[in-house]
Amino acid sequence: MTHQSDHTIPDSTFTFIGCSEVQEILGQQAEDEKELAEIVEEVPLDSIHFHTHSYFLRHRFIERAYPNDFAQWVVMQIGDHVLGERLAVVDPFDYPNLEDLREEIISIIDDHLSRMSIIPRVVFGEPFHFKRSRILEVPIGLEARSLAEFRQAVSEVDVSAIYFHMFEAHFRLGREESDFSAWIRSSLGLEELANAIRSINPYLGSLERLRSSLLTVCDEFLARV
Amino acid sequence: MSTALDEYREVSPKGTVDFLYRLSDLVKGRSMVHVNAVRYGGGAAELLRRLVPMMTALGVEARWEVIAGTQEFFTVVKRLTDALQGRDEKVTEDMYQTFREINEENAKALNLEADMIMIHDHQPAGLVEYRTSGAWVWRCHLDLSQPQRRAWTFVRRHALKYDAAIFSLSGFAQRLPIPKFLMYPSIDPLSPKNREMTRSEINQIVDRLGIPRTKPIILQVAKFEWFQDPLGAIQAYRIVKKNHDCRLVLAGSGVMHDAEGEAVLAEAREAAARDPDIHLVQLPPEADLEINALQRTATIVLQKSLKEGFGVTVSEAMWKGKPVVGGTAGGIAAQLIDDVTGYVVHSAEGAGFRLRHLLNNPGLITRMGAAGREHVRRNFLITRQLADFLTLLKIMPPQ
Repeated sequence: MTHQSDHTIPDSTFTFIGCSEVQEILGQQAEDEKELAEIVEEVPLDSIHFHTHSYFLRHRFIERAYPNDFAQWVVMQIGDHVLGERLAVVDPFDYPNLEDLREEIISIIDDHLSRMSIIPRVVFGEPFHFKRSRILEVPIGLEARSLAEFRQAVSEVDVSAIYFHMFEAHFRLGREESDFSAWIRSSLGLEELANAIRSINPYLGSLERLRSSLLTVCDEFLARV
Repeated sequence: MSTALDEYREVSPKGTVDFLYRLSDLVKGRSMVHVNAVRYGGGAAELLRRLVPMMTALGVEARWEVIAGTQEFFTVVKRLTDALQGRDEKVTEDMYQTFREINEENAKALNLEADMIMIHDHQPAGLVEYRTSGAWVWRCHLDLSQPQRRAWTFVRRHALKYDAAIFSLSGFAQRLPIPKFLMYPSIDPLSPKNREMTRSEINQIVDRLGIPRTKPIILQVAKFEWFQDPLGAIQAYRIVKKNHDCRLVLAGSGVMHDAEGEAVLAEAREAAARDPDIHLVQLPPEADLEINALQRTATIVLQKSLKEGFGVTVSEAMWKGKPVVGGTAGGIAAQLIDDVTGYVVHSAEGAGFRLRHLLNNPGLITRMGAAGREHVRRNFLITRQLADFLTLLKIMPPQ
């Protein structure tokens, strides 16, 4: 992804930032699983990010059956459920960088193909078109200085801000945790809540489901204190 | 003027309008000019009529210019359109010369000074030869997946001079050494074709079209063209008809003064074989309210096309809460979520099977219809396309 940003997040106040995405077509396409692995190997890392992480930005409301474009394609267009299931359980947050994530995807496809007598390919479906994102950061005018304000803002903010602070933070800042948990830990000093937010797996479903999980964790914490 | 955008608060996803105001802060004062070939008719004109005032309301200096041309020029570009979409059309060197001359005349006459110049489709694509400033973007609405080679070679020479191109689907794009962006078309939920209608308004129009509302209605809205496969739709209906007393309505334009349209309609009539439950409805161009009323009256919408552009009628139908059974052509499958908002099918038999399944499960019709409306709300409304344009205006470096 290519970023355009003019903004920084102050330490004491949490400034919510949303994002708008324009998709760029790379012009490379795969019609079978071998081609898929070959092109995964050579595309820019931005494209790996697009088909795994920013997948959620494009399916922000309705949960698809599989949590990344690669798994979705091999099941829906080729009909290879075995490879689809293996790719579906890859959690991008388990990998410290996109290069490692790329290697894991290639390794899974290669291993799968080594056990097949033929290479599964598209017959009636669509080829896999490789793309990447141009993401524009948009300050949306919401700030939080306390947990109550934070909870209120999360409930009403444009869902792209949930994506930006939960997914983009990981690679943009090279952090192991999201902007939300980092701010709650450093500015509010709420270690327990920060850990609870950090433990939410953003790959569980849609961005709206992620918003619900964040609110639930905040509400449970507020009810106890 | 901001009210033009505020009207969309009721129909767009929560927070969208406020997000657009914030996004527009990043491009306030920048200028953008759109250029296309017609003021009325066609998807681009329909889009620009609404988008340009919305951009202006948000502080962008947006303008819309339309090129002028001779009858000969418009005949040439029509043939070029067909050739670019893969039809066997002969485009001669004289025709290319006409294209170049008219583009040159328009380049002298039009004000093309702006931060971004967006040229819609191939008719004005030659204007780029006279570019002076700004970022030039070619917005191609056509399916270029299998163009006639010579026609594409000609247009490609112009396309290479742009800073970027935009296509409606990845599969529609051709190889070009410039950035290629993907932007899905959209529908305007407040336009006559998609706005809410009262029950009496709908009934009045459907009655006028001569369609009784006494049985479930399967509707296909499409021009009378071979690619839209009206005969396949009739075949699917016959499969359903064995078990369900229903009607098939095939409504579309493209018959007046059009040899193909007349031939397709004649063959559809023959295939209908005087079945009183098959209605072939000829609509004039831009029969927006009629299409709106028909889609709202339908039980299920069918889009059994063999070749299609993006096929935004699918989104129009889903916006009215109707499940859609659609083929794999063009952008139909990109709009549908199979098994959630309708079904993607690969044959007339598949269409018949899915239509029958839906009529057997009225609860499913309701659930899929509701899911389809929400899917369109999140992905295919004009507010999303406005965000796309504002974002592009920000990220494209001024030249």
